[in-house]
Amino acid sequence: MAGTLLEVTGLSKRFGGFVALDGIDLNVAAGERVGLIGPNGSGKSTLVNCICGTLVNETGNVRFDGETVDGLLTHERTRRGMARSFQLPRPFTTLTVADNLRVPLLYTVNARPGRALSPAELDTRCAELLQLVALADKGTHLPRDLTQVEMRKLELARAMAAEPKLLIADESMAGLSQSEVDDIVSLLIRLNERGITIILIEHIMRAVMKFSQRLIVLVSGKKIADGLPDAVIRDPEVERAYLGQ
Amino acid sequence: MRTRVFLLLLIAVAIAVFFATRWVNNDYVFFAGYTVLQFVVLATAWNILGGYTGYVNFGSAAFFALGAYSTVFLHKLYPLPIPLLIVIGGGVSGIVGLGMGYLTLRLRGAFFAIATLALAVVLQTLIVNWDYVGGSRGAYIIRPNEIALIGPYIQYLFLLMLALAVIALTIARGIERSQLGYGFATIRDDELAAEASGVPTLRLKLIATTLSGALMGMAGAPFPYYIGYLQPSSAFGLEYAVNSIAMPMIGGTTSWVGPLIGAILLGSLQQIATVTISSAVNLLIVGLLLVAFVIIAPNGIVGLVQGWIRRTK
Repeated sequence: MAGTLLEVTGLSKRFGGFVALDGIDLNVAAGERVGLIGPNGSGKSTLVNCICGTLVNETGNVRFDGETVDGLLTHERTRRGMARSFQLPRPFTTLTVADNLRVPLLYTVNARPGRALSPAELDTRCAELLQLVALADKGTHLPRDLTQVEMRKLELARAMAAEPKLLIADESMAGLSQSEVDDIVSLLIRLNERGITIILIEHIMRAVMKFSQRLIVLVSGKKIADGLPDAVIRDPEVERAYLGQ
Repeated sequence: MRTRVFLLLLIAVAIAVFFATRWVNNDYVFFAGYTVLQFVVLATAWNILGGYTGYVNFGSAAFFALGAYSTVFLHKLYPLPIPLLIVIGGGVSGIVGLGMGYLTLRLRGAFFAIATLALAVVLQTLIVNWDYVGGSRGAYIIRPNEIALIGPYIQYLFLLMLALAVIALTIARGIERSQLGYGFATIRDDELAAEASGVPTLRLKLIATTLSGALMGMAGAPFPYYIGYLQPSSAFGLEYAVNSIAMPMIGGTTSWVGPLIGAILLGSLQQIATVTISSAVNLLIVGLLLVAFVIIAPNGIVGLVQGWIRRTK
């Protein structure tokens, strides 16, 4: 398929006897905004971990940007343009906020062939990223001085620093207030307008509906729906999964 | 400050230290100074793995002993100049460090520490049963009394250890300010997030174990010439493992200054205690200080000073 950025086929993952993911197929086109929802324990984070290489899937393939990435380590996938934020923010606690962003710049952007940022360019790039997520005045602070929403923003900014083609945001809004959620959604839409494909994993339906151009639903490790958001949430099978019969 | 300037400054300090010690003109000062410097190298080497990447190595004595026993082995085979022996000892320990890293770096926290301790035990058993290097009886190394240009042999050994300390500190400081240093810090903070940020964590950990092991081996290589008679229990002594952990912890593990301060402080204290009280009291001092620091100043002396500067600002 032309313009496909991410292509997952027949992906399965089990933990002992528990089947966490069962033959997942999904495609994401370049430039798309996709929402991924599902009840707790449906395998959303496991899917992200398999796509990013944190977990190894038993069967199935992941193709990214026209290449098979099976067997590649996480950092190799990151270098190819796959970035993620974590469900619970995992900042580098002993580095300053600005240095947290410097790490992906050094190890991802500079590691790609044909370009190396000078120290001055690195500084400007860090400042730009901080500006983007409205943390410009926190650059010299340690992550422990940040509020919860700022921590989420740092998490997104760090994923962004790697200049990804695909950004997977894993529940980056859980526990935030309504205005903070709107804040992050508009940030994600701004990033998408810069040409970054985004998969948003989220429980907050208001955010998902506002953000997504397409919605995918996972239930018990199976994909049960994939289509336009309005149509998907009216799907009787999806209603059954969320509300019971 | 650029690394080259720092290196020149450090060399200047080292030259000053050497001539000051010579001016005192007492052999004992050289003997004691050698031990303190040896701990500067060991503590700095330990800190590259333990402080920067957060992997606690309990097997420092094994790497130190490997350096020492490489020297014994080569001494029996064909006597070589000590600087060359240092390079070889460093090479041997570095390779073992790489191998150990490959085998054990899947383990984290206490499990990694236990694995390194096990490595030390295995190596000691090997050495004890290897007759060529003296086995459990030990090996004598007869060193010349004098050496050309410098004079007394102990001054030559002191000078070599001084040079090693300069090299170790320059490497440690260089790492801190480089891309490698950022990578090491992310491993210490969160390995999963490090990988997601493009840091090749396994490769960096292997670099750290190799470098750390090599520097420890280099510190051990001249040891047989210093002590004259090397036996497994002295080369694999508990004091090396304990000191190389305690010194960076007490000094502070986040920067190159920490192990330096810790080693000079604890090393000198131990030398003084050996002369004035008894050599058995050494490890007691280390233990008590370590407990005190873990409770009062978990980030060591450097952390204490940094905190104080932040508060007064």
